[in-house]
Amino acid sequence: MMPQLQHLIAYLESSGLADNIRENDVLFPLIESVHVLAICLVVGSILAVDLRLLGLASIQRPLRRVMRGILPLTWCAFVVAVASGGLMFISNATKYLENGYFIAKIFLIAAAGLNMVIFHGISGKDLSRWESEARLPLPARLAGGLSILLWVCVVACGRWIGFTMKVG
Amino acid sequence: MVDAALGDLSKWLAATALSHTIQTAGWVIPTLQIIHILGVAVIFTSAILVDLRIWRLLQRDAPLPDVARRFLPTIWPVLLILLITGGLLIVGEPRRSLLNFTFYFKMALLAVALLLTGGLQWSLSAAPEFWDKDRGRRMAGRLVATVSVLLWCGVLFAGRWIAYTQSG
Repeated sequence: MMPQLQHLIAYLESSGLADNIRENDVLFPLIESVHVLAICLVVGSILAVDLRLLGLASIQRPLRRVMRGILPLTWCAFVVAVASGGLMFISNATKYLENGYFIAKIFLIAAAGLNMVIFHGISGKDLSRWESEARLPLPARLAGGLSILLWVCVVACGRWIGFTMKVG
Repeated sequence: MVDAALGDLSKWLAATALSHTIQTAGWVIPTLQIIHILGVAVIFTSAILVDLRIWRLLQRDAPLPDVARRFLPTIWPVLLILLITGGLLIVGEPRRSLLNFTFYFKMALLAVALLLTGGLQWSLSAAPEFWDKDRGRRMAGRLVATVSVLLWCGVLFAGRWIAYTQSG
């Protein structure tokens, strides 16, 4: 890892805030509960869009309407999930970085993001031509299926971090 | 007396063959929890999306009864999955929940949340204009939506808190 990033993480881990989260009996569970709540909204709302991509739900509604009606919730929840996750991370950064499930989770989230960028940027470019159809083109269906798979793995890794790390 | 009975029940459950299997295979409990959380994500997001529509914050282009019809019916089959995975988690670690006040608090909140959400679904299928008849109804709808959000958040918080209040 880059030395600057390592310094930043070490600095954050030794901060008073990280100390408080580590030592306080209520703070960690509280942040963790907020994190679970936010993750549930992120995954649940993305799933709703993915099921539309797969042609399994909301098929009467054009894709863009489905996305516009749901994704704002996804992004709000994602911000909360990153913030609460970040607080848990700095409370024990060294241990998290040694945890394989944590590393896997970060990469899976990145992969889910990449999947989204590819869909919006490439396969979804001519979306206005087919977005109202119940059965969308193969690349759209693939993006939806892959997204479900990736987010299920994100949740699985997240839960497994709790079983492989003794903190809080 | 109730405590003693629950203690006996826990002891009996923990001695069953099924409980043994769940306890000894290390992957079973995390896997059940992952399925449980994914189910929670679906139910929680479905309820929240309808509540946000009542507040006219999302999906304003779709009538409320449509939004309710798209999201609320999903709750009930997924609830069955939650009851099964939750039930198996109790069989695996009976004392963790049965001798834990937080667990009963969660169940109480869940019961009210389900009644409210079921009532919302029923009212909108019986009378699509139910929450839109006049100013009073619209205000009542917003109150119901707010209470629903708080209840579901409470269910999730209490659920995570079971892990922190177990009696060993």
